[in-house]
Amino acid sequence: METVLQGVQGYIYPNEVELQWSLLIVLYPFITGLVAGAFILASLERVFRVEAVKPTYRLALLTALAFLLVAPLPLQLHLGHPERSLEMYLTPHTSSAMAMFGFVYLWYLMAVLLLEIWLDYRREIVELARSRRGPLGLAYKALTLGSFDVTQEALSADERASFVVTLIGIPSAFLLHGYVGFIFGSVKANPWWSTPMMPIVFLFSAIVSGIAAVMLLYMATTRLRGHEIDMRCVDTIARYLFYAFVVDFSLEMLDLIHRIYEADESFRTLDFMVKTQLYLPHIVVQIVLGTLLPLGLLAMTQLVALTERARRGVYATAGLLTMVGIFAMRWNVVIGGQLFSKSYLGYTTYKLEFATQEGLLVAVALLILPFLILWGLVRLLPPWAESGDATEARPAA
Amino acid sequence: MKGLFGHKEHLVRVGALFMAGVAAFLVLQALMIPKGFGAYGHYRPGAMDDSRARPLAYAGRAACVECHSDVWEVLQKGKHAHVRCEGCHGPLARHAEDPSAGKALKPDPKVLCARCHQESVARPASFPQVDVAGHSGGEVCTSCHKAHDPLEQGAAR
Amino acid sequence: MSDERTLRREFLFRSGGFLLLTGAAGIAWDALASGEPEKAPNYRTTDHWWAMVIDVEKCIGCGNCVRACKEENDVPREPMYFRTWVERYHVPGGDIEHPQVDSPNGGYDGFPERYRKDDGSKSFFVPKMCNHCAESPCVQVCPVGATFVTPDGVVLVDKTYCLGCRYCVQACPYGCRFIDPRTRTVDKCSLCYHRITRGLTTACCEVCPTGARMLGDLKNPKDPIHEFLRTHQVQVLKPQMATHSKAFYNGLDGSVR
Repeated sequence: METVLQGVQGYIYPNEVELQWSLLIVLYPFITGLVAGAFILASLERVFRVEAVKPTYRLALLTALAFLLVAPLPLQLHLGHPERSLEMYLTPHTSSAMAMFGFVYLWYLMAVLLLEIWLDYRREIVELARSRRGPLGLAYKALTLGSFDVTQEALSADERASFVVTLIGIPSAFLLHGYVGFIFGSVKANPWWSTPMMPIVFLFSAIVSGIAAVMLLYMATTRLRGHEIDMRCVDTIARYLFYAFVVDFSLEMLDLIHRIYEADESFRTLDFMVKTQLYLPHIVVQIVLGTLLPLGLLAMTQLVALTERARRGVYATAGLLTMVGIFAMRWNVVIGGQLFSKSYLGYTTYKLEFATQEGLLVAVALLILPFLILWGLVRLLPPWAESGDATEARPAA
Repeated sequence: MKGLFGHKEHLVRVGALFMAGVAAFLVLQALMIPKGFGAYGHYRPGAMDDSRARPLAYAGRAACVECHSDVWEVLQKGKHAHVRCEGCHGPLARHAEDPSAGKALKPDPKVLCARCHQESVARPASFPQVDVAGHSGGEVCTSCHKAHDPLEQGAAR
Repeated sequence: MSDERTLRREFLFRSGGFLLLTGAAGIAWDALASGEPEKAPNYRTTDHWWAMVIDVEKCIGCGNCVRACKEENDVPREPMYFRTWVERYHVPGGDIEHPQVDSPNGGYDGFPERYRKDDGSKSFFVPKMCNHCAESPCVQVCPVGATFVTPDGVVLVDKTYCLGCRYCVQACPYGCRFIDPRTRTVDKCSLCYHRITRGLTTACCEVCPTGARMLGDLKNPKDPIHEFLRTHQVQVLKPQMATHSKAFYNGLDGSVR
């Protein structure tokens, strides 16, 4: 009993001693955020015709897929009865954001991401189906769905279809991560979560993290393959990262200022929590290291002329800090929302374990897994042509 | 078969695949939804029966009075009339079911009485409470008070 | 057989039958009223709308309810899982915004004396439990329909259907839900559904020595709850949440959370 109560300050409702949602539930919005963000970056090229980011188009889609495939895993590991999770599809409660999210996820995976990737890669898939033998060849043949038509007309049809899919895909990506924000934002019982801004804040921080992730992956994979990094591409991505970050930061500041100004009944409790238990993750990691510093670095590249090498260094640093900052944001929302009591009179602590089902080890493994999957996907569907430049193998529209 | 949709054939195939998936899902859903789900609301009506099927631990005073009406006679007249039997004697559904099976425990007055009557700042002022140690002078409560009729004529005054 | 005899026979049969049925119904009703479960099987959910009255002015913090509930409903004893618990409030100098609150093991072993008399403060006990909200936010967020409001107004959990996602625990403003570590599903006060559907009262009400807890049936015109609600100043917890809680508190101080 004493160990359970360790770390409890003030008065909490007796059932609030243990946190309900763990590190895995922090991981989940982080991962889906990367999906949404990577997809938005890809759609910059497809829908908004930002040609400069073309080299990252396919990589962004594959990254999105790799993370999307891993996204349900932290949820499954967290459930008391993962074997019953099919119930969410059999008898979804339409008033529950969590239930409806299951369909948003499925829609996004099937009708948007997989379709988009398939349409973009179809020519290569057909070529590989014809050239490869063995089980891999069979896999490619299956992916062709029996159609080997790669004439100009077929490919143009693909292009048009792909445009439509991306067009639908952008609001779908917004829905995907906005929904996660709504899952938190609609909980009126929790004042740290309950705000109409939650879906929007989640979405913009997702865009920021996704763009940063693709930028970092692009730079890393290009280097690993021994090629030149397309600076025009990276400069453009960094610029979009900067814009998205400014919006995200403004939204978060708006929320903060609003809370401080209105100072409703929960304010004192939350303020105390942020200044004590959440000081390190919120003020230091999320705000200073994870937002102000990368924003400063990115702003610097916009205002001061730097060498290519310097810019790459700045982008890499800013990108990494951004990822850490956005992860911290998820931590502060999920864990932070459970550290204070709904009596507004006390606090508890989060006892993160190491080798348990929802412990640190599992979380790290789940963060590594998407990169392994991405590696597999890159092998299966290479995002870059064999010969040198990291341009995609699509004919110009 | 080839050329039915011209160069859009593969798009139609993917569309058909999607539709097939949706159909398969709907079939699965129809087959696997628990019986009766949704009859009264978005839940399995059997859950209400499950909740009702739990065994009783407390019998309720009426069950006690059936056999122990003599005690009830005494209780009715005194200050503990509204205190139900199991509040002091613990859960007795098994005993009520089969008196020989589970015996009722006679609670320890050294512990029981003080649990309610030890004076406390948080207890309503109108509630009878004393500083038990000072009041009893070390004696057990039942040496002066009858548990079932604590303020009986002449007692403890 | 003559007409007269036939008529007489018919009359006897019918009146006898009628008396028998009335008698049977009467016995059944009595049984229901006095709480003899075996004899009252006809419980119709639509005849009831359950609520609870909690009279703060009567609670003495003895902890009987906490212990009885754990016993009746097989709630884990350790470490901190409660379907119902009792809180003690100590409001120094009438400062209702800064009460000192404690609930040692939920009140299971009573409350060790902590406060002195005449220190210019007020203290009292407040029992807490599931409020069986008519517009329950926990029901709203359950993704699969594993928690629900019954037609007679009780919020129940379907233990065979619950995923253990804990969304409902987050959504409850009153902190009355928890995860049972043995079943890995959610658990909470069921208003002793297995008892109230048999004409008994809840375990906590059964053992409460002062009548601080009273089960009420809002659909029963003869239920004392109507008179009580009419003659006392009652409140619900966190009314701003608009959960339409059916746990009515008499004498609820502004300091209560």
